Amino acid sequence: MKILVPISQVPDTTARIAFKDNNTAYDGNGVTWIVNPYDEWYALVRALELKEAQGGTVTTVTVGGADVEATIRKALAIGADEAVRIDTRPNDAFEVAEQIAAYAKDKGFELILCGKETIDHNGGQVGAMLAELLDMPYLPVVSKLDVSGSTATAECDVRGGVEVAEVALPVVIGCAKGMAEQRIPNMRGIMAARTKPLSVIPAATVMSTARTVAFELPPTKQACKMIPAEEAGKLIELLHTEAKVI
Amino acid sequence: MSVLVFIDTRGEKVAKAALEALAYGRKVAASSGSTVTAVTFGDAPAEKLGALDANKVIVARAAKTVDGQQLTKLVAAVAQSESAQVIIFNQDNLGKAVAPRLAARLKAGQVAGAITLPDTTSGFRVKRNVFSGKAQAWVEITTPVKVISIMPNSIAVEAGPGGAAVEEFSGDLGAARITVKEMRKAGSGIPLPEAEIVVSAGRGMKGPENWGMVEELAKELHAATACSRPVADMHWRPHNEHVGQTGIAIRPNCYIAIGISGAIQHLAGVNQSKVIAVINKDPEAPFFKAADYGIVGDAFEILPKLIEAAKKLNAER
Ligand SMILES: Cc1cc2nc3c(=O)[nH]c(=O)nc-3n(C[C@H](O)[C@H](O)[C@H](O)COP(=O)(O)OP(=O)(O)OC[C@H]3O[C@@H](n4cnc5c(N)ncnc54)[C@H](O)[C@@H]3O)c2cc1C
Ligand SMILES: Nc1ncnc2c1ncn2[C@@H]1O[C@H](COP(=O)(O)O)[C@@H](O)[C@H]1O
Repeated sequence: MKILVPISQVPDTTARIAFKDNNTAYDGNGVTWIVNPYDEWYALVRALELKEAQGGTVTTVTVGGADVEATIRKALAIGADEAVRIDTRPNDAFEVAEQIAAYAKDKGFELILCGKETIDHNGGQVGAMLAELLDMPYLPVVSKLDVSGSTATAECDVRGGVEVAEVALPVVIGCAKGMAEQRIPNMRGIMAARTKPLSVIPAATVMSTARTVAFELPPTKQACKMIPAEEAGKLIELLHTEAKVI
Repeated sequence: MSVLVFIDTRGEKVAKAALEALAYGRKVAASSGSTVTAVTFGDAPAEKLGALDANKVIVARAAKTVDGQQLTKLVAAVAQSESAQVIIFNQDNLGKAVAPRLAARLKAGQVAGAITLPDTTSGFRVKRNVFSGKAQAWVEITTPVKVISIMPNSIAVEAGPGGAAVEEFSGDLGAARITVKEMRKAGSGIPLPEAEIVVSAGRGMKGPENWGMVEELAKELHAATACSRPVADMHWRPHNEHVGQTGIAIRPNCYIAIGISGAIQHLAGVNQSKVIAVINKDPEAPFFKAADYGIVGDAFEILPKLIEAAKKLNAER
């Protein structure tokens, strides 16, 4: 099976969130970058498990500048066979989807495993957009995935429960918690990653439809009002009469 | 010219998410002098659809399940026939299957996870969450047609006059490619992302056998239950209760956190709650810095008192 895993680079979950250039851009100075957790823990690991069980190849693709290559190597260390970087800095989700679609359209990928969302952009958009551009079905929040022959069976989180859906390949999946367990790269993987192919391809000409014009940080909280443990019940009273939220 | 609102009308009642999307659509239509057309699918009776706060409701009876491709075709066709300028979705699992697809199909800009109405003083800008709620961003859509997916609890629901004209969609949606084999209903009732009150607990609860108290408090407060990541990882609670940066991001009116330390990744998913109350035995727990109300104490002693107080409140109101 030919599997494609679109991988995004994001700031570490503990990274300071600050902005520069008059609050128009994220200040990545001194930040540790990681593979987006959904892409790494669930999409990539499930892709590797399917490959190990059924044969095939796992390719990662990332839309980004040269600075993302260290992060891409981590995906190779975990076990991807090859990586592709599309050389441009995208402004929004649609540009990412267009770039990946332009690359993937004639490659015959049977399974495209995205993360359910990035933890910096939080759009949950790229997978669905990519599926539309490639005329494939898409399942947005999948917590379990199996493939048998040319059919995928997926457990999808939906309003009010879990739906078990069946779909013929090729398909794009948004991978979420439950699908696989995180893998820590071992020394052999890290060594092997150095020589695995990471090809850089030029960006396609795409259309821009939206752009971020300014960032804001949320207002800081007032001091916390402490309630003595003996009078704990007072909390309920205050939430009702003072905060008026229950 | 019109504002389209894509909603889910399956199920017994009209979901709060649908009412929020309609309220949002109403506001956008009012500011641009246009009308609201709701688009939906499935078997909802005509009376139920007619009672919605929209000028018109278009329903595709042929689409029975969530097949993103069929539903995208549906909304695209209606967008064209109604000359829609703005198309509203919920940023939920249904919206995520359709809205970005539609945006790609129409080459329309999308704001996913909107938390404000559009600001049109200069361009068309909408505020959304980024960095898992640690920051917000103003996004400008630069295309004539705009797609907006709104976060739960971003707009007050208002009862409208109803009286929508109901039309059945007769266009071709093609065959569904996705087949639903089974639906497993989740327990409690109130879907976590939409809940207005959330009672959440962490490792401080020591083990799954102690969740009875957490559930009881939630029940008394008509709240949904949530948990920290390790609690879901250890299978003390189902994974769909895991909130935070790598779980679900929520923004209820009231978030009560019990035995949760308040790690940065946990805070990311909950810090947009209007009011946060924290119960922790450690006065140095970082969560107190993000809280509005706090109690330092043992959860096993505090919870019974909270349950009692909640029962008392319920008896009084
Ligand atoms: C990449 C990454 C992503 C992550 N994403 C998430 C996420 O999305 N969501 C998330 O929650 N975490 C996430 N985490 C984990 C996070 O860093 C914390 O480890 C986790 O939130 C801690 O859970 P906890 O507060 O339940 O447990 P602990 O940190 O163990 O805290 C337990 C708390 O309970 C208190 N306590 C103990 N006994 C009692 C008692 N009897 N009464 C009252 N209080 C008591 C303790 O004082 C302590 O503060 C992530 C971590 C990483 C590295
Ligand atoms: N720059 C990128 N390069 C490759 N894949 C990406 C990129 N951005 C997002 N993705 C993929 O799309 C998913 C959803 O991203 P988003 O729409 O930003 O929430 C991610 O989990 C990745 O799998």
